[in-house]
Amino acid sequence: MTAHEWAFAVLALVGVAAALRLVTASNVVHAALYLVVVLSMVGGVYLLLSAEFVAWVQILIYVGAIVILFLFGLMLTKAPIGREALDNQSRGVAALVALAVLAGLVYLFQEAFPWDGPRIDPSGGSAAAVGESIFARFVLPFEAVSFLLLAALIGAIVLSRKDDVA
Amino acid sequence: MTAAETSEALATPNWFVDHTWVIVLLPFVSAALTLFLGKRTPGKGPVYGILAVGTGLVMSLGVLLRFVQHGGGTYEGSIDWFRVGGFHLEAGQLVDGLTAVMLVVVTGVSLCVHVYSLGYMHGDARYTWFYVALSLFTGAMLNVVVANNLFQLLVGWEVMGFCSYVLIGHWWEEHENSSSAIKAFITTRIGDVPFLFGIFALVFATGFETSNILEIGELVEGGGASRALVATAALLLFAGSIGKSAQFPLHVWLPDAMAGPTPVSALIHAATMVAAGVYLVGRMFAVFAAADPFVLQTVSVIAGITAFGAATMAVVQDDVKRVLAYSTISQLAYMVAGLSLGPEGVTAGFFHLFTHAFFKALLFLGAGSVIHAVHSNSMREMGGLRRPMPVTFWTFLIGSAALAGIPPLAGFWSKDELLAGASHGHPVLFVTLLVTAVLTAFYMARAVMLTFFGEYRGHGHPHEAPVSMTGPLVALAGASLSVGFLGAPQLGAPFGQWVFFEQPHEAAFVPWVAALSTAGALAAIAVGVALYRRVREPDPVLRLGPVSTLLVRKYLMDDLYWKGLIRPIRDPLAAAVYWTNQTVLDGIVNGAATLAKAVAGLVHAFDLRVVDGAVNAAANTAGFTGGLLRYIQSGNVQRYAAFLFTGVIVLAVIFTRV
Amino acid sequence: MIRLPLVLGFSAALFAVGVYGVLARRNAVLVLMGIELMLNAVSVNLIAFSQALGEISGQVFALFVIAVAAAEVGIGLAIVILIYRNRETINVDEVNLLKW
Repeated sequence: MTAHEWAFAVLALVGVAAALRLVTASNVVHAALYLVVVLSMVGGVYLLLSAEFVAWVQILIYVGAIVILFLFGLMLTKAPIGREALDNQSRGVAALVALAVLAGLVYLFQEAFPWDGPRIDPSGGSAAAVGESIFARFVLPFEAVSFLLLAALIGAIVLSRKDDVA
Repeated sequence: MTAAETSEALATPNWFVDHTWVIVLLPFVSAALTLFLGKRTPGKGPVYGILAVGTGLVMSLGVLLRFVQHGGGTYEGSIDWFRVGGFHLEAGQLVDGLTAVMLVVVTGVSLCVHVYSLGYMHGDARYTWFYVALSLFTGAMLNVVVANNLFQLLVGWEVMGFCSYVLIGHWWEEHENSSSAIKAFITTRIGDVPFLFGIFALVFATGFETSNILEIGELVEGGGASRALVATAALLLFAGSIGKSAQFPLHVWLPDAMAGPTPVSALIHAATMVAAGVYLVGRMFAVFAAADPFVLQTVSVIAGITAFGAATMAVVQDDVKRVLAYSTISQLAYMVAGLSLGPEGVTAGFFHLFTHAFFKALLFLGAGSVIHAVHSNSMREMGGLRRPMPVTFWTFLIGSAALAGIPPLAGFWSKDELLAGASHGHPVLFVTLLVTAVLTAFYMARAVMLTFFGEYRGHGHPHEAPVSMTGPLVALAGASLSVGFLGAPQLGAPFGQWVFFEQPHEAAFVPWVAALSTAGALAAIAVGVALYRRVREPDPVLRLGPVSTLLVRKYLMDDLYWKGLIRPIRDPLAAAVYWTNQTVLDGIVNGAATLAKAVAGLVHAFDLRVVDGAVNAAANTAGFTGGLLRYIQSGNVQRYAAFLFTGVIVLAVIFTRV
Repeated sequence: MIRLPLVLGFSAALFAVGVYGVLARRNAVLVLMGIELMLNAVSVNLIAFSQALGEISGQVFALFVIAVAAAEVGIGLAIVILIYRNRETINVDEVNLLKW
């Protein structure tokens, strides 16, 4: 275990723990805050993997905007508080399905990528390369995504209008 | 002359003999012409028949001339009709003296009847058809006379039977007439079946090779067939004669056949068709001669019974035509009796046939003239007709005298020859025939007295017949006066040179027989004249108590047949046929319908239960399954998502690892 | 020098938790949070492979995922608010008109 791995392990464990608390919290606002923790940990992981641009974008967008959105949503919908109120009848089945998914995924990758296989070697910063890649090879998807964002924006406005507008 | 010399004599062709078959064909042609063109011909059709038969008569005289010049002999000519296996069926002509004589008789009487019917049937609704049937009949009889093999003869025989049925029932609107026609047909049929078997027996004797008459004769004479077979065949053939010539016990149809028009009675039931039975015996005499003597004895017995019985029944008749009918039966029996005497009697029998044809036809036509004048057959309503109808009276008188056997008329010579033959060794037959001759004279005298003498008892206006009717009467009277001499022994009896069996026949004249018969006849006539000079009520012959009753009721034979034979067969038969129709046939039809209905019901049920059932079951299954499957739609999105994730993981594992 | 299976394991764990969150929560907003977890797991996977294979397109793809996630959250919450407006509840169990 290198230092990288220790750091990573810490971030990962905190993140998974926070995620678990996220899906089991009985207070919606607590759930939102746990979401913040998870997203931050993920951002930290990105840094460790020397994807600094993606990391900052993650923090900016996710933690900065999306979580706010969530909080607004929670606020506007007056969610009920309490354990039974937030979890539904089929918790058991859901747990089973989640475990099945985990098992399946682990089964799938552990053979292709063995424990003593190649390691990730974080290189220097990659922001320049990302920028280059986006505006050289992936211009078209980039523009498409901007259209997507525009459409989402307009769509959200349209959806949340009151009905009596002609 | 031997057969060989005769054949040489005939080898120089006589055109008439060669073309005898034309005589047969002419009436058939005229029948067809009358049938198709008759109604459109002026005069409505008799002209074809008269021309055909007239020409036939001329040609027949030509044929007879041949035999007159050269005596007897046989000429045969034929064509192959077809061969089946070993059997050879031919169509041909066999011409000897007998044939020639018969040809003259048939064409002569037929011509007289054709001419007579111009007047008698004038205005009849089916005038043209009458002449068609007359021509057809004449053709068939000529075929019988000329045929050289038994099957051809049979064809003519049967066609004659059919024409007789048609002509007797000419006025079929009256039920009595159609019944008489059926009676005639069926009774002669009963004789025809044994006749057919007789033919089969003879054909069998030839080994199924031929039915040629001459060949059969040679076979039988040469002993090529067993005695039993020959005797059986002879009896079977004679059965056909019994039917056709109205001998006991199949005589019952002839009196009732008088329901037909008188010209028909004259032609068919006096001169020709009924003579065909006699002709058959004569033509096939070789078979009879070669058979056991008991065959000819049987024939003799039947002839005797018939002759006597019929004469007795003729005595009590009121209908003039019935007197003549019974007389015909009696005279036919005479002819058969003559033939039954053996080879010597053949000439005598046929001579009587020859003469009888002329005077019996004359008598019938004369009776027809009377009936035509007074519109009634009953002698009770006649009387004193000799003054208004002189020609009819004198010709009828000549005919009656001929029948009674008064010399020198025709009947005397022929009857006398028969009696002479019977007097040699056939005592019972001789006495029977003699008594019958006496009775014959008596009943003819009675008939003449009742019809032509005394006062007129009827309601009409009697007048003489037209020339078309009296002409034939005169012609036949002339024949009755003259033809007898052809068989007179004193004049050499040329008839015996033409018609004979094996040897030309020299007629013998037995004076005491002649004297006895003449005396008896004259005595009977005297009694008849005395009894009927004045009208007596009731008729003297009906005052004989039970004898009269027996005679009037025809010896109860009609009753016997009706009650004993016809009703027991007809009634159960009709009931059985009706039952079969109602139960079996209708049952089958109804059963088929019921079956069809049942099948339809089955099909319907099948359609409903199976076919519709299958369709409905498919629909129900789909509905049922859908009803179960819809529970998957819980509306709960997370449930759907759970399935989704599970499925994805499973598929991912499968696709990458398997 | 991070061993790849570690990162992949982290990603798988996050994803599984996200699945549980989607399936087990009643509040629609919390379901959306679960979806966000899953998306993040995917992004981690992408970045990890991008580094492991030396392909920069992985990071580009992760950026796009983030952008799309943002759009999706916006629309999703708009829908949730609409549902809340119509039904006074955002309990996903009660939004089941399409049931049998």
